[in-house]
Amino acid sequence: MSGGRAIDTFLAGPHTPDAQNAFLSAHSFPIVEGSHITFIFKGAADAVHLKHWVYGLPSSQTLAKVDGLDLWHLTLGVPAKSRIEYKLEVVRGGKGEWMEDPLNPNRARDPFGANSVAHGEGYETPDWIERDPEARTGLVDEVMLDSKTFGRRTFGLYLPARYRRSRRYPLLVVHDGHDYQKYARLQVILDNLIHRLEIPDIVVCMTSSPDRLVEYANDERHARFLTEDLVPHLEKTLPLEARPQGRCLMGASFGAVAALAAAWRRPGFYGRLLLQSGSFAFADIGARNHRGPLFDPIVRFVNDLRADPIAVSEKVFISCGTYESLIYENRSLAPVLEGTGMDVRYVESRDGHNWENWRDRLREGLSWLFPGPLLLVYE
Amino acid sequence: MTVVLTGPQYVLPHVGGVLRELKVRGPVAVVTAGWQERETDPGLVPDLGVPTVNLTLHSRAEDVFAKDKDFGAAYKERQTRLRMMQDFYRVRLDHARDAARAISVRHVDAVLLAEERKASVDAVRNLDRDHLERCAAVNATFEAKWPFTERESVTRHKKELAALIQPTDALLIAGGHVAVLLNRLKLFDLLALVGNRTLIAWSAGAMTLCELVVLFHENPPHGQGGAELLDRGLGVVKGVAVLPSPRLRLRLDDPINVGNFAMRFEPLACVTLDHGARLVAKRGKVVSGAVTQRLMPDGTIQRGWP
Repeated sequence: MSGGRAIDTFLAGPHTPDAQNAFLSAHSFPIVEGSHITFIFKGAADAVHLKHWVYGLPSSQTLAKVDGLDLWHLTLGVPAKSRIEYKLEVVRGGKGEWMEDPLNPNRARDPFGANSVAHGEGYETPDWIERDPEARTGLVDEVMLDSKTFGRRTFGLYLPARYRRSRRYPLLVVHDGHDYQKYARLQVILDNLIHRLEIPDIVVCMTSSPDRLVEYANDERHARFLTEDLVPHLEKTLPLEARPQGRCLMGASFGAVAALAAAWRRPGFYGRLLLQSGSFAFADIGARNHRGPLFDPIVRFVNDLRADPIAVSEKVFISCGTYESLIYENRSLAPVLEGTGMDVRYVESRDGHNWENWRDRLREGLSWLFPGPLLLVYE
Repeated sequence: MTVVLTGPQYVLPHVGGVLRELKVRGPVAVVTAGWQERETDPGLVPDLGVPTVNLTLHSRAEDVFAKDKDFGAAYKERQTRLRMMQDFYRVRLDHARDAARAISVRHVDAVLLAEERKASVDAVRNLDRDHLERCAAVNATFEAKWPFTERESVTRHKKELAALIQPTDALLIAGGHVAVLLNRLKLFDLLALVGNRTLIAWSAGAMTLCELVVLFHENPPHGQGGAELLDRGLGVVKGVAVLPSPRLRLRLDDPINVGNFAMRFEPLACVTLDHGARLVAKRGKVVSGAVTQRLMPDGTIQRGWP
């Protein structure tokens, strides 16, 4: 049933250039109507496909051409509060070209470029991701460490706006921290949440790896680098709390694996974990799964963890998008960790495996792991 | 004595303007103990245009605790007990709020629902009263055992404070951690040293000067949020509970919530102190205000109170 959607009204009318122009100027695109989103492409083509990363739907869906016009359309049923990243594939002369949706100004950037973004009904871009002019700005510096494990590594170091050496701060180590900064507005969010007193003043170390798919996949060298090189160096040179409750590892995708694996290899050292869309592949039988050889060390790790779960930390925040293929793995992991006695909070969102999904969960995760002095401080 | 209560000063500082309006030429004494060990950091007090002297109450208290170890240990033990009591009070409040919400969504006669709403607010008021009484009992027991206003470690600082305050025309109390601030003001019985000088206080500082210190946040990232009492304040300004930074902390678009908040703290007037807001009190009574909003028991907002 169409339910009187804008595209149906248009299709029922005259298919003329004037009607098309009126339709295009009357709406913003894609058109969000209740639980349906209509994607539109205008232009000459042999075929147009919607390419998206919503696990559970065919990843390529064909737009229908409007008779007599160079206008293409596709309507999808999308649950409320969804956020969908996509591109359009425009096929001309047998050749497909992937492009961002020319009619949609919303973009999400990631290390591979940018995607168009459709917001389902009820999704609201959080206000705390925009720079609050009242929030004081922390300082980010690029710092070098000559580590025993990996030799010279550089990392970003965030110090809160009112940092001073006479205080003690918790430490958050963020895997792929530079990407979190670029694509998930980490620094703005830290400034805002600190300003709102939702998290305490905190020192954040943003690491990046030149070989993350290997180092993050339960590699002993990575755990050693974090626990014996990086964190001790930071605790020696900065006024940090230097206790498990004041140490948090965070990461997304392989970065979440790196965080959990490091905590698993050094149980009790990290009292807080923030794991986003972790690539926690496992096998119910055998030692491989369908994801390929890069995941083999992860499968071994998660299989071992599932076979003999132990409390490696105190509080663990896990988030995952329901449109990710990893939702099964994350849903499976949460009760395993909870069963060890760790305090686990698991949240889902209608989003995919992308930086803005991870961005949108940061407030909930950080403020749960490190609650700020909301009730007692009034500036 | 003139008392001016204002909102946050870090975006639109206007305390300097208040001083000029009141023709205070200074010097003025300043308390920034709410910022704890950062109390002497630059930038905590806006440019006032008059000479200032920071009374450094936080570091003075730390000095007392370090040098008078028995007293310091007893003081910290009391604080630990009060913190635990606050936690338990919060647990009770959470349950009372859950009960109120469960009742409020029942589809019953509107008159009965209104009566039940009042009963729910009364239940919370009882918890508030009980908490205040029990805090007062703990404090009274402590003060009887440790009459700190007479202890040499404290009186030595009080003498120094009196000397610092003597040439000043006014006392300014900045915001920050309201419990820390209130405790330091009480420890040195600072208001007794101030006499009839003008008092100007913002945010947490303003909260300490009222009869009750109401802690509140209705938009927390977790949980339902709400309000709770910390303790009795210094009671310099009567009849009002001040609520700094309302845009971040209050849900003023929810009339039921506004009404419940106002009814809970009656007969005090619950008044917001946003950026630029001001309440002026003389002889303990608020006589004028600007940029204020009062939460009314009927759920409306009265702009510009009194």
